[in-house]
Amino acid sequence: MITLLEARGIGKRFGGLTALSDVSLTIRKGEIYGLIGPNGAGKTTFFNVLTGAYTAEEGEIVFNGSELPAGKPHLVVEAGIARTFQNIRLFREMTALENVMAGHHIRSRANPFAILLQTKHAKEEERLITERAFELLRYVGIERFADTVSKNLSYGDQRRLEIARALATEPQLLALDEPAAGMNATETAKLRELVQTIRHDGVTVLLIEHDVKLVMGLCDRLAVLDFGKKIAEDVPAMVQKNDAVISAYLGGGTHKVGAAA
Amino acid sequence: MNQLALAIPWLGKRNPAAARWVVIALALAAPLIAVLFGKTWVRILDFAMLYVMLAIGLNLVVGFAGLLDLGYIAFYAVGAYTFAFLASPHFDIHLPFWLALPAGAAFAALAGIILGLPTLRLRGDYLAIVTLGFGEIVRIFLNNLNHPINITNGPQGINMVDPLVLFGWDISQGLQIGESFKINSLFLYYYVFLAFVVLSIILVQRLQISRIGRAWAAIRDDELAAKAIGINTRNMKLLAFSLGATFGGVSGGLFAAFQGFVSPESFSLMESIAVLTMIVFGGMGNLAGVIVGALALTALPEILRYVAVPVQQALFDRVILDPEVLRMLLLSLAMIFMMLLRPSGLIPAYSRYSRPELVVGKQSSGEVAK
Repeated sequence: MITLLEARGIGKRFGGLTALSDVSLTIRKGEIYGLIGPNGAGKTTFFNVLTGAYTAEEGEIVFNGSELPAGKPHLVVEAGIARTFQNIRLFREMTALENVMAGHHIRSRANPFAILLQTKHAKEEERLITERAFELLRYVGIERFADTVSKNLSYGDQRRLEIARALATEPQLLALDEPAAGMNATETAKLRELVQTIRHDGVTVLLIEHDVKLVMGLCDRLAVLDFGKKIAEDVPAMVQKNDAVISAYLGGGTHKVGAAA
Repeated sequence: MNQLALAIPWLGKRNPAAARWVVIALALAAPLIAVLFGKTWVRILDFAMLYVMLAIGLNLVVGFAGLLDLGYIAFYAVGAYTFAFLASPHFDIHLPFWLALPAGAAFAALAGIILGLPTLRLRGDYLAIVTLGFGEIVRIFLNNLNHPINITNGPQGINMVDPLVLFGWDISQGLQIGESFKINSLFLYYYVFLAFVVLSIILVQRLQISRIGRAWAAIRDDELAAKAIGINTRNMKLLAFSLGATFGGVSGGLFAAFQGFVSPESFSLMESIAVLTMIVFGGMGNLAGVIVGALALTALPEILRYVAVPVQQALFDRVILDPEVLRMLLLSLAMIFMMLLRPSGLIPAYSRYSRPELVVGKQSSGEVAK
């Protein structure tokens, strides 16, 4: 297996609070990698460090053989990592199609002058963007809402749209922050299918999730965070048997917490 | 323009093609109608066109990119003064119109970047305060830069700015046809300004439906998400500031040439607020709304000035409310009613950032979905 992303000794503090300490993990090309942990374990913090929203004090992240620029979200996207948000963040006043088209921004080149003069190249690029955006809407199954303003979409469709928008940046690694939050059983089942399709089409997936059942069934490997530290990294079956993980989730005896720390 | 046509009540929805012709006819015939009420009205129309350009430019910054700018008039000032420096006896430079105007636009764009750079991290109220300060700084500079070296000629302003000369033809002289018939320069200015307005509309629409327009809208709707899909928010904001300022600069240059003199008092904070009010009144983010707003709010005070006094005299035999007071009163009332009845402006923004018709085979899939 080829390593796609390697985090080495990531540490992040907020004032006196250590949110992450010495977190290292490896994501391989083509897998669905889960990141779980109790509330406040540092999952989202890690996510934000990875996508450049935060700058870590320690450690580095190597993606595709080169170090990721810290604190520069747009360069991270350009390198090939796309993300979604725990609380959906769409461009509310734009239609579904336009949201996805906006996602193509980083992969299109037309400059202001070409646009003002409507050069042949700019026109052709615009047509391609529109078409690809529509394809992506079809891919996630909401093409019939292409012209709907995104704030009027249902919750589940908004999630799908956010994934389509992330895919529009043509990522190698798609990072989903609690995609199943607030979804009912049917929607979760559909989401699971979608994630599998995405992986099948060659995009590596990093999944942060609370829904343990979903993670266990979907992920090839997963890491467990607790109090900002990685306490396990393995295939789901092994993680389920891990003592530290069980105590972290069930709030086991003090000796277990000591072992975890 | 299609949006403008659609905004016409009744006709717009039933017969868009006819409505479009109505808009074109109105735009072309406006000064001929205005002159029936006196030459002043043609002059007001000319100014209205300049305000439309300002509103289009400010809308780019506020409506599209969501950057609240309360000092926009500063770019108008930079454009006007640059034009005046380069085409007046003040420095004894007389560059042709086609050089002075782009120079004004370029300096305004530069000013936009200078304002944009330190304010990149600010949003909403904070940005508004800083831009307000910027607008005042520019005005105060213009007011005081006559000492120790006289650059701006201080509060007196710069006089005798060269008029518009297109291809060796001085517009301010009017157009003599035959012996007896002469077209007044006010009409000619109107059509020149109209051409600039039409060009601005085309350019802004092209920007709106492009990767840049979508990036601006993305920053406006959710800056964090915009960053997360790889938009370089710094560059896009600077682009919005500088392009918006360019329109202000062009408008300023035309203003200087039209008016023949510039002075700092034309660029007060009230002017910035007036342009912003036009946008809010008409419908922020919507080109048609912005144009209607600019026209309505330029015309309203003038109509009041001519109507208020005679009406009051007829009703009460004396003038109770000064037109200037009445103007502010009615304007505020209009704004309050707008907020209550049409909070998103006269023509609410239905802004498109895409051409869905570009999708091949979309129609067929739509039928399947039904």
